[in-house]
Amino acid sequence: MRQFIGRVTPLQVVIFLGAWIPVVLLVTDYYTGKLSINPIQDVEQRTGRLAILWVVFTLVCTPLNSLFGWREPIKRRRAVGLYAFMFASLHVLTFLALDYGLDIELILDVLLEKKFIIVGATAFLLLLLLAGTSFDYWKKRLKKNWKRLHWAVYAIAPLVVLHYAWAKKGDIFRLQGDIVQPLIYGIVVLVLLGVRIKPIKRTIAVFITRLAAGIRKQMSVITK
Amino acid sequence: MTKKYKSVPVKSSEITPKEVYLSRKEFLKSMGIVSASALLLAACGPEVAETLESITASDTSPTAGSGETPPVLSNDILFDELGDEANTYKQITTYNNYYEFTTDKQGVAILAEGFPSDPWSVEVNGLVNNPKTYSMEDILNTFTQEERIYRMRCVEAWSMVIPWMGFPLAALLSEVEPTTDAKYVRFETLYNPTLMPGQKQTFYPWPYEEGLRLDEAMNDLTILATGLYGELMPPQNGAPIRLVVPWKYGFKSIKSIIKIELVAEEPTTTWSTIAPNEYGFYANVNPEVDHPRWSQKSERRIGELGRRDTLMFNGYAEEIAHLYDGMDLRINY
Repeated sequence: MRQFIGRVTPLQVVIFLGAWIPVVLLVTDYYTGKLSINPIQDVEQRTGRLAILWVVFTLVCTPLNSLFGWREPIKRRRAVGLYAFMFASLHVLTFLALDYGLDIELILDVLLEKKFIIVGATAFLLLLLLAGTSFDYWKKRLKKNWKRLHWAVYAIAPLVVLHYAWAKKGDIFRLQGDIVQPLIYGIVVLVLLGVRIKPIKRTIAVFITRLAAGIRKQMSVITK
Repeated sequence: MTKKYKSVPVKSSEITPKEVYLSRKEFLKSMGIVSASALLLAACGPEVAETLESITASDTSPTAGSGETPPVLSNDILFDELGDEANTYKQITTYNNYYEFTTDKQGVAILAEGFPSDPWSVEVNGLVNNPKTYSMEDILNTFTQEERIYRMRCVEAWSMVIPWMGFPLAALLSEVEPTTDAKYVRFETLYNPTLMPGQKQTFYPWPYEEGLRLDEAMNDLTILATGLYGELMPPQNGAPIRLVVPWKYGFKSIKSIIKIELVAEEPTTTWSTIAPNEYGFYANVNPEVDHPRWSQKSERRIGELGRRDTLMFNGYAEEIAHLYDGMDLRINY
């Protein structure tokens, strides 16, 4: 037992609780009647928002290492990505089974016709592919291509933001209507993708290193 | 609001408490169960059946009890003309699209609580012979308020059946007498970001504005609603006065109106300004013409789990389809 506790890091605890508390809340809200009077839509939207959030979390892991030198998030990236996939699956299942009652005709209708569904479905299929190849077996087998395949997350993130924006009443490209949350996600994703571009990454890393050194120096002067 | 709906004087003993009124549906259901089980049990033995009968009797019989007359139970469940049950007061007042307060449907009721809709006045002007500013008292006194049970279809593909109180917009328009130049009616919502915190949001061209063609406005189905379930309009549903156009998507039914203007040109409307290629001026409920992003073929009636087919003109084709004779509804979406 002690050995087990010793091996679990605070970050792992945070990730575990962060993923499962919303699931528990969803279930308890269902049983205590705290979902809205349109409960299917409520579940659909909550799982959707959680999926976007966790997709963004997967993009945070690398910069935490490359900019701040914190190595552990890289090790947890797979878990974070799988939680994103879990929420996306719950979201898609809600859409197919609860919202559309597995009515193939209606589903095909919206799937082929509505661009926000096409974008969302594309993102989900890519996520499915990444989750399916997330095991060590595939990592070994695909070698260099495994990393290339998993760059697909750089497409998934903008796609889910677009899906979110298009699901709301407004026009994100004209900055009109109900766009605040998708706009914030859009900016966050742009920043997270931006800091991966080498010159930007290097500039920020140098800046952070110097800032940290400066602060340390300042602190030592004060404490003396 | 000091004045409520005019009504025939009723003895206080005959007034139905609101909770009773609202719980009649459940009440009736339980009655149904009781009578059914009473019938079944009647076969078992007279004693049991008698006990159950006396329970039911004391619940329903107007002569029983201690002077309190129980509600008359006929016509208690409200239905629309297609036979669908009205949504509950709770459903109608806790799930609102009212971006002037918040985009969170369940948050509207909380933020709108205490919204001061008294005093209130509605300015009616523009191309009319008798421009007039009505106080809410004037409106409630001048125009006979009636109950209209309408389907409400949101462009987000959910729907409700709502027992509105109100009066035909035509009655008000006839009083102000539109001139021959008047072709459209333009409506405007109150703009007051202190009272309506959602209006602090940028990205929206406040105040909310909507419009109807004059013949649409004059149609008997089009009402100015001042209440629902026999109560004055709750703030979250657009107190004190709102438009209800049941064959159009919900966003056409503008809330908390302060201005009605008769104009010659098609007025700009809030949603067609925000996203012109998605929300047209007409916005008629039409399963054949999809919103570019959402299918409009089916909808979820609040309170139901499955989806149901969306009806042409939300089921009001007979009354209003002629208004659009010869128009291409794909172009005039």
